[in-house]
Amino acid sequence: MNEFLLIFRRDFITKEEQPSPEELQQHLQQWQNWFGSLAAQDKLARPLQRWDGQGKLVNSKGVTNGPFVEIKESIGGLIIIKAKDYDEAAEIAQGCPVLNFGGNVEIRMAV
Amino acid sequence: MPLYLYLGILLYSMENKEIIPNLFRTEYQKIVSVLCSLFGIQYIEIAEDIVSDTFLTAAETWSIKGTPENPTAWLYTVAKNKTKNYLKRNTIFETKIVSEIKHNAPLQNPEVDIDLSDQNIADSQLAMIFTVCNPSNSEEAQIALALNLLCGFGISEIADAFLSNKEVIYKRINRAKEKLKEENIKIQNPNLSEIQDRMSTVLKTIYLLFSEGYYSISQNTTLRKDFCTEAMRLTYLLIQNKNTNLPETNALMALMCFHSSRFEARTGLNGEIILYEDQNESLWNQELIDRGTYFLSKSSTGNTLSKYHLEAGIAYWHTNKNDTIEKWQNILELYNNLIILEYSPIVALNRTYALSKVEGNEEAIREAEKLNLTDNHFYYSLLGNLYLQVDSKKALNHFENALNLAKTDSDKNIISKNMQKINNLTE
Repeated sequence: MNEFLLIFRRDFITKEEQPSPEELQQHLQQWQNWFGSLAAQDKLARPLQRWDGQGKLVNSKGVTNGPFVEIKESIGGLIIIKAKDYDEAAEIAQGCPVLNFGGNVEIRMAV
Repeated sequence: MPLYLYLGILLYSMENKEIIPNLFRTEYQKIVSVLCSLFGIQYIEIAEDIVSDTFLTAAETWSIKGTPENPTAWLYTVAKNKTKNYLKRNTIFETKIVSEIKHNAPLQNPEVDIDLSDQNIADSQLAMIFTVCNPSNSEEAQIALALNLLCGFGISEIADAFLSNKEVIYKRINRAKEKLKEENIKIQNPNLSEIQDRMSTVLKTIYLLFSEGYYSISQNTTLRKDFCTEAMRLTYLLIQNKNTNLPETNALMALMCFHSSRFEARTGLNGEIILYEDQNESLWNQELIDRGTYFLSKSSTGNTLSKYHLEAGIAYWHTNKNDTIEKWQNILELYNNLIILEYSPIVALNRTYALSKVEGNEEAIREAEKLNLTDNHFYYSLLGNLYLQVDSKKALNHFENALNLAKTDSDKNIISKNMQKINNLTE
């Protein structure tokens, strides 16, 4: 069994891309059930951690406060899961609710 | 418990029902706690011997003269006398312990005062709880020791609770006692930082104790109320002390109240288990439900959301049998949080059942099949139930697998009944 980092990204800035309050409520429910489902399969390699929605970005020009206008997508969260290989990790990531709002999941294997 | 004592009690109790075993359960560890607090952890065996001897005397005397009017007071008096005699007789005790006792409780006269008042019993037990749950022992060892010393359970009962054998548990308990002696752990009321460090082990021990009583699989007597009562007694002891009266302590108490409220409803005339859906609600104990609600409200302060909070919340929603979407959504959310907090196969299965109530059976079947708990009969029972309305042939297959894996008669009966129902429908 390997460990994989799953990073969820989506556009948190563009107004038209944002869910309505009802959609958001349902969306949160989907996240919750998805985490519950992963935990029920004993796939979580670490306890869940919440992250704030602000953040800072550092580059050679200095430090900017988030959300970041120049990079459209920012990190919504990340988890570390247990999976046999990249195929299984990708299959798991395909159930991730971030995909419902045009987001994506980046996967890395722990070595 | 030494064999001779066991036999003595057995002989006596054949005549007098359950008096001595019951007193042994409730009083043994109380007197041991008081004597240990007085003597110090080094002399724990002496304390246990004195109390064992007291019960042996009780078994002998009561079988001839009959049970005294106040058996507990009788035991306390005899234990006090035996302790005093021991102190007079034994020179090691005089030289080593008396100075220790004087240190703990300065006495005017040289005669040792053995205080078996309710208050001192409660204080001594609280001190003992925290001594037993000292981090110098592994969590597993702490739990075994607690069941033995704080609750008076025998080695074989503890072995059953741990699904282990007696030899292993016996060694584990003795090593744990030795460790406490080596480290010369003081038996005293814990300070606030000790409470923070050890509260989770204390609560876990009590929780395991309750579960052993509530879900007992090792014995055919389906309910072990005394395990549960004992667990509730210890929790109440913690609630009564302001330093240990934490939100999670109240949450644990709430959980136990809600569960115990269904005691009478969950076993049939022949001791068989009656599942939640089939229970007669009028047998649920409303007083315990009300108390559970009270402790649950007491638990909702501060920032801690322990697994006891989540389980108490789930149990709370189960006190209303009517199926509403609100009820099952709440239960599913609590199960999601619970499984995220700590993985357990049973929670995974229960979560999936709650999911079926919210999202329907087909979605729940997809989720259930991912769990892959193929050595667990509850897994197949869940799948059997989920397939019931979807595909009766598959349902039957799953129940057959469940039947092959089930260990207890009551589990097998429930599975057979389900299979019978399907057969009746398809015939």
